[in-house]
Amino acid sequence: MTVTYDVVIIGAGVIGSAVARELSRYHLKTAVLEKNLDVCNETSGRNSAVVHGGFAYDEGTKKARFCVEGNRMMEQLSKELDFPFLCCGKVLVGNTDADMEQLRRTMEQGAKNGAEGLSLIDEKKLHELVPAVVGKFAMWSKTSGILDPFLYTVALAENAHANGTEYFFDHEVTGITKGEGYVLHTARGDFRTRWVVNAAGLGCGKISDMLGITGYRVIGSKGNYIILNKKLGELLPMPVYPVPSNTYMGIHVTPTVDGNVTVGPDAENTEDFAYYGVPQKKMEYLAESASKLWPHIRKEDQIRNFSGILPKWVDAHGAIQDFQIEIRDDIAPHAVNLVGIESPGLTAAVPIAQYVVELMKEREEFEENPSFNPNRKGIVRFAGRSRAEQEALIRQNPDYGEIVCQCEEITRAELLEAIRNPLGVSTMTGIKYRTRAMMGNCQAGFCQMKIERMLEQELGIRPEEVVYSRKGSWVLSGKLREEG
Amino acid sequence: MERKEAVIIGGGPAGLAAALKLWEKGIRDLLILEREDHLGGILRQCIHDGFGLGRFGKSLSGPEYAQAFIDEIIRNKIPYLTGAAVMGLTKDRQITVITREGVRRYEAKAVILAMGCKERSRGALGIPGERPAGVFTAGTAQAYMNLYNRMPAKEAVILGSGDIGMIMARRLTLEGAHVQAVFELMPHPSGLPRNIIQCLEDYKIPLYLSHTVTEIHGDARLTGVTVAEVDGHRKPIAGTEKRYDCDTLILSAGLIPDNQLSADAGVVLDSRTKGAVVDEHFQTSIPGVFAAGNVLHVHDLVDFVSMEAEALASDAADYIRGANFVPCTVRIRAGEGIGHIVPQKISAERDFRLSLRVRDHYKDCRIVVRQGGQTVASKKMKKAIPAEMIQMNIKAEKLQKEGELEVCVQ
Repeated sequence: MTVTYDVVIIGAGVIGSAVARELSRYHLKTAVLEKNLDVCNETSGRNSAVVHGGFAYDEGTKKARFCVEGNRMMEQLSKELDFPFLCCGKVLVGNTDADMEQLRRTMEQGAKNGAEGLSLIDEKKLHELVPAVVGKFAMWSKTSGILDPFLYTVALAENAHANGTEYFFDHEVTGITKGEGYVLHTARGDFRTRWVVNAAGLGCGKISDMLGITGYRVIGSKGNYIILNKKLGELLPMPVYPVPSNTYMGIHVTPTVDGNVTVGPDAENTEDFAYYGVPQKKMEYLAESASKLWPHIRKEDQIRNFSGILPKWVDAHGAIQDFQIEIRDDIAPHAVNLVGIESPGLTAAVPIAQYVVELMKEREEFEENPSFNPNRKGIVRFAGRSRAEQEALIRQNPDYGEIVCQCEEITRAELLEAIRNPLGVSTMTGIKYRTRAMMGNCQAGFCQMKIERMLEQELGIRPEEVVYSRKGSWVLSGKLREEG
Repeated sequence: MERKEAVIIGGGPAGLAAALKLWEKGIRDLLILEREDHLGGILRQCIHDGFGLGRFGKSLSGPEYAQAFIDEIIRNKIPYLTGAAVMGLTKDRQITVITREGVRRYEAKAVILAMGCKERSRGALGIPGERPAGVFTAGTAQAYMNLYNRMPAKEAVILGSGDIGMIMARRLTLEGAHVQAVFELMPHPSGLPRNIIQCLEDYKIPLYLSHTVTEIHGDARLTGVTVAEVDGHRKPIAGTEKRYDCDTLILSAGLIPDNQLSADAGVVLDSRTKGAVVDEHFQTSIPGVFAAGNVLHVHDLVDFVSMEAEALASDAADYIRGANFVPCTVRIRAGEGIGHIVPQKISAERDFRLSLRVRDHYKDCRIVVRQGGQTVASKKMKKAIPAEMIQMNIKAEKLQKEGELEVCVQ
């Protein structure tokens, strides 16, 4: 490998993608190496998808600062990058005197952090905001919101790509050689680079070790979720949380931008950073626990479950630390090391990325990229538009008149555009998350065959080459008969 | 907005039979809307035989059964649209359809819901574990194989002894996959006895009753499932877990009437059938909106779907011509041992056919219909099982004009 990059970013989660976009404002040859087959496959996409207000973190921490900053810029970002974001607010619901005391402390902390739009509200106001909730009072955070974490990350990555960043999926970094710059080793070749950014999420400890910055203890905190069908979204205009403890936000119910509801997460430490199975007991516990806040969780409305793992940097006593964002000039110059980027990383991604670039610019002058374009357009959706708009879309492109996924009203036009995505992702789940096809009540029962066939035809691949999500996740073993 | 006398949503067995019957009754201004590119519905992928014994007196494959109706539709030049996805239905019987030619809107005197059913997915079953590729509902696997010429499995385990699951056990075996076993949560099989013999026993595929999948393994393709025995409350018994290495899990654990559209329109649904609450004319809570076939309640045999749709169409034709139905105010309730009943409301002034399913396995029992303590109908049965739909003809002369009917097993 002779190509030399200015910067190689390890990890295409929300942080790596945000860093890539911020760096694409400059004249730099940048690559992103991702071990999975798509962006946002781990922590970034497996969470509550809440844009946090910034009141839950200790004053003076990076978590507090970048969360508040990220919250303030989300509206603007969603306009530039065309991803679903809803500033719907959220409530932390309490019942007891101890709850009230904790909420007052949270309010104070929020004020110190600069979190805006916080107020204590009584039962009457609470029920005006969320009629179906159970609670005596609440703290209302007006500026909290929800977004689609996958489409947010895709938007950041596609915008970076449009501005010159190269993406390499299925490229896991297996080793780093330091010398004149860095050589990153992968099973598919070496990458020479002057700068490295460790945005490896759950792999941050491993990459940090490879850079020679040893001693970080990173633990996984696993949370399980249940997803409820779209009917339920009407009963939940904003996320409803219990009163938090110091370290844990509690099991909450959260609407998604598409009108589903997620219930979770619990929190359990784990050593296994790759096991996403959801145990039966957890599902029952989640439903039972959240029902105390919001009594509308019925078994027949559960369409799916999932889990996510947060990488938490802890000290020797197990106490959770702040985000670590550093350049160790002594050990690993020109390497930005991000450790323990957990919640509120989704909210804080862009301010974190800007901070990363600031740290780099303190050490090197970057020439601006004059052709940088901050705007990016997503796939034009058919569902949710007026019939007149739909008519116009079909006239423009008849593929909009072919509904492939009936549950979510997703058309052939959207699916084709997703299959032809700029990052070159070709998995079934990549198409699913880009369009919402296969996410509805029937869970792909009626449409997956059509989508699989479109993938074969568009990409010119054989049935056994179609991949579901991760490497090795074949969907079909082949054809029954040769086709004449 | 185009006006029609009747619009039929769905071109599967129910929709086709309803259309033909309406035509026969002289209703000419009608239209069938089908979302797929072909008429026939799920029958198109059911290439096994056993269809039509009741209706045609011989065993046909699914496509043959459907074709018998499609031929008549074509011969009579009955209008239909394929590639037409109905995305909106209102209380005023206005229908919005998406097609490649644009958005079309219809207003119909009578709307006939014939959308069929969907399968219970993994999420709906709430099976714990990882989320690898290789978990398919039986119908999806069937579509891959029979419509798309694609093979979804090498080593398979099947959860649920529904008919499609058993049929797929045989189909997969015939195409070279290995089916290790079929596991059924209930203490009795949920599919028809003939399928247990023809699809499992004939191929030496074991069926384990009172067993369920308690965990799914694999982060890429499925690598195995954990199966456990369940107790009388259908809860896994600790210590009975056993792992089966396989690359595919086929789910055949129930069908649910597909009523997304009906619910959006405000049609009142029955929590037992998951279909519309209907009267003896198969009319739903919205006047002029009728439902029959698997969208109303899941049937065991397609022959009954066709007959039900024809019965619907006879009454719908009268409705279109302006007939005034006697109000259906007498309710029918599913009592002891009964899973569900259709219809749920009657006038008590004309004969009607009651369709029902029992909850459990019964031998030498009697299905009894009572009104105010009086038995108004009863049917003696050597054997009654949940897998088989039971039908009874009830005579109006036996009924009082008021007072709820209760159906139970004795």
